[in-house]
Formats: sequence, structure tokens, C-alpha cells
Amino acid sequence: MDIITTLINGLSMGGVYAMIALGYTMVYGIAKMLNFAHGDIIMVGGYTILVFMNFSGMPLLAIAMAVICCVILGIVIEKVAYKPLRGASPLAVLITTIGVSYFLQSLAQIIFGSAPKMVNIVDLGLLQIGSLKIQMYTVLTLICTIIVMTILTLFVKYTQTGRAMIAVSEDRNAAQLMGINVNKIITITFAIGSALAALAGLFYLLKSPSISNTFGSSPGIKAFTAAVIGGIGSIPGAMLGGILLGLVENIVAKIPVLSPYVDAIEFSILIIILLVKPSGFLGKKRREKV
Amino acid sequence: MAMLEVNNLEVFYGVIQALKGISFRVEKGEIVTLIGANGAGKTTTMQSIMGLIPIRSGSVSYEGRDITKMPCHKIVQLGMSQVPEGRRIFQELSVYDNLLMGGYVHKNMKEVKQDVEEIYEWFPRLKERKNQIAGTLSGGEQQMLAMGRAMMCKPALLMLDEPSMGLSPILVDEVFDIIKKFNKDGTTILLVEQNAGKSLAISNNAYVLENGAVSFSGTGSELMQSEEIKKAYLGG
Repeated sequence: MDIITTLINGLSMGGVYAMIALGYTMVYGIAKMLNFAHGDIIMVGGYTILVFMNFSGMPLLAIAMAVICCVILGIVIEKVAYKPLRGASPLAVLITTIGVSYFLQSLAQIIFGSAPKMVNIVDLGLLQIGSLKIQMYTVLTLICTIIVMTILTLFVKYTQTGRAMIAVSEDRNAAQLMGINVNKIITITFAIGSALAALAGLFYLLKSPSISNTFGSSPGIKAFTAAVIGGIGSIPGAMLGGILLGLVENIVAKIPVLSPYVDAIEFSILIIILLVKPSGFLGKKRREKV
Repeated sequence: MAMLEVNNLEVFYGVIQALKGISFRVEKGEIVTLIGANGAGKTTTMQSIMGLIPIRSGSVSYEGRDITKMPCHKIVQLGMSQVPEGRRIFQELSVYDNLLMGGYVHKNMKEVKQDVEEIYEWFPRLKERKNQIAGTLSGGEQQMLAMGRAMMCKPALLMLDEPSMGLSPILVDEVFDIIKKFNKDGTTILLVEQNAGKSLAISNNAYVLENGAVSFSGTGSELMQSEEIKKAYLGG
């Protein structure tokens, strides 16, 4: 029974990693940049939930507000900080994203202080089936991530906007020749990525209801690792990488000898993948254009 | 008023001047060809007209409207479409999805899907392969897909950049046949080709580009008879 609990916990955690990884991978594929401020959107989502829980006490309102605020923030960051650098060297863009990350963390510290704050959204209790005991939030997280990823997959495959995202990520000039407004597609990508990050913030808070200004750092780095393992730029790759990482994390934590080394093992997997298959599990070998 | 008017177009890559004041015009209903050797500026001309490369000076107007500084996606909305050099189909999407992308500017999905059926009539081979991932098509099929995709936005002016490149002689004939049919069907054509013989034969007017400038122009048959053109581009 214990193994089933571990697997469900792993899948649930993996689903959250996958949601964050999708933000990294879609932005990388479509805007051709690594957005290291993505993890901090999770933190902003968390604080938004905190504010609106204190303010109204209504979880659904707080969640909705977190999604809305993060979407707006994602779009504004892209317009203000990244768009002026389109066509600049990738290194300049990369450093800018790190700058935005520090900016958001510092801003949160100024507003909320550096001491962690408790956010009690809702106590979901324990799910018990026979001798199987699982935290209810784990099941809820798993169900939500499955729904979100299914919707995203259908969106990309069956809508013109979704297909346009694939088209832009594959060949920006050819996409423009179809009449696709690349700036609009990039805006939509940041909006989707930020909404997913806000939800990830929610699931993190359900698991451990304490938030500080570096709330998004660890999940951000883990999810970035997941995106690279799955093949950065690939949407199914981010899902696969996230779930794999979540499973490894929970299984390793159950093995007494290995449990202190969870993070080391996760990042070792990254190093091995980079050595053996640098493009990741589902990534394409990119023909670099000169 | 010509349908497309290009005046004194100058384009730079860094400090290198690629186009040194190119002018030409395309009248409605015509087939106009730009011929020239590698590096003469043909593709640069095509890309700068579509707004993919910034224009340093000169102007481009379409149906009397200045489009010199217009972004590419707006130019497509006006009714211009381009088959880029090297086809540039979306390798990861299916044939069907590639065609749907071609109809991106039209928002009524029901009509776009009907348009795909019309494209299948022009290119029956694409229908047979509609669910295949486009990257797995043969070169000829990819060219057909690129042409079909460009026709999906129902352009009034279709621009083709070296559509015969890398194709077998039979497929080259097929491509030129289809271009003629598109034209008969009411689409104005601007063609860039290295295959001077075939393209001059179907053109109303043609321009020869050399080193980023127009060195010679005339009707298709005039150019075919010119001794210089024969020597330089038609193999004697």
C-alpha cells in the first residue's frame, strides 16, 4: 500500500513540476529564450493567494485572482523587459531574465518582509480507501494537472492559435508569411505559462502552507531541470520530464540510504541526460541556422 | 496604377549593400519573373517586399497603398502571399495542419476547411497524404504543399521564390503548369527563378538582377531572344 501512496504522491508532485516546466519550454520554443524569472511568477501567485485569503477568506476567489495577476504580470514583464531585447544577443536576454527574477524577489521582500508567512487555504483532510491513506490535496493536485495538461494538449493540436504556436516555434519567418502575428503569439505564450505557474503556486501552498520571497526558486530550478530532461522546446517533453522528476523524488525519499541525497540524484539525472542525449528525451536535434 | 510597385529599393545586411536601388512593377493578371544568378539579390528582394527584412530606402506599394514599413502579417492580410525559398513547410505539423496554417488570416474555420478541399483538387497527392507529418514528404510533395499552403489565404498576388529548386525535370514541369493555372484562375504571379528558360516562357514581363540592381528588363519573349540573356542564363 505504501508503494501506491508513494507513486500517487510522485505523480502529483510530477504534475506540478510539469506545469511549471511547460512555462519554460513553451517560452523557449516560441520566444527562443530561457526565462529564469518564471519560478518567481509562482511566488507572486502564492502571495496573491495569501493577500486575497486574508482579505476575503474565499479560496476560489483567491485562486482566480492569483491566475489573473500572474497572467497580467507575465504579459507586462514580457512587454517591458524582454520585447525590447528581441534580436539582441541571447546572453543579454538571459541576464535580463535573472535581473527580473531578483527584482520580483526583492519587491516581495519589501512588501511582505523576509519572514515566511503561513497561508491556510483550505484543509482537505485525508482520503482513505481500505488501508490506503492519501492526502486529499495530492489527489486534487493530480486531477487538476491531468485536466490542465489535457486542455493544453488539445488547444495546441486543434486550434489555429495553438498550431500557430508550433509554427512560430519551428520557423518564425515562415509563420509570419502565413499572416501570423508573432508578437501576439509570444504574448499568449507568456500568458499561458504564467497562468500555469500561478496554479503551481496554489498546489505548493496546499502541500506546505508557508511562503517567503524565495518560494519559487526551488520549484523553478527543479522544473527547469525537468524541461531539459524532457527536451526543452517540446511540450510533451516537459510533461514527461516533470512527471519523471516527481516520481524519482518521491521514490528516492522512501529509500532510507538515499533519502538525504534526493536533490543530488535529481540533478545527476540531468547531467547524465545532458551527456547521453543532450536534446533531452523528446527534444529535437536543432539544425542551427546561420 | 500597378498592382505591385517597387521603387528604388535599397537593403543592407550590416554594411554590405544587398540591393542597390531596384525598381519594377507587376500589373494585375500578369506573370512577372525576376531572374539572376546566385547572390544577385532575388531572395532579398522577395523578403524585403514582404516586410521580413527592413528596407533602408525606396518604397513598395501594393494596390496604391504604401507597404514599405508594414509588418509581414499585415501584408498577408492585404492579399499577398509568398512561397519562400526552400519551401519552409512546418515539418512537425501534418499536411492538413500545414494547409490550415496557410488559412490563418481567415477566421471562419468552416470556410478554411472548405478551402483545404479546394487545394486538394489542385494537388490530389496532398489529399492522399493529408495525415502524414509534413517533414516526411518527398521534395516534390513538399513544394506542392508549400504552394498549396500559400494559396490557402486566397492571395491576389502570389510570390514564388525558386519553386523549381532541387526538383526533377518532370516535377519542374508540373510546378510551372500549376503556376500557369493559378494565373489563369486570376492570381497575379511574381516569380523568382534560376531556371530562366522555363520562367521566361510563361512570363509577361521579366527583370534581370545583377549584383543587387536591375540590369535588363523586357517582355518574356524579348528577353528570350536577347543574345546577352541567352549567353548568361540560357546556356548559349
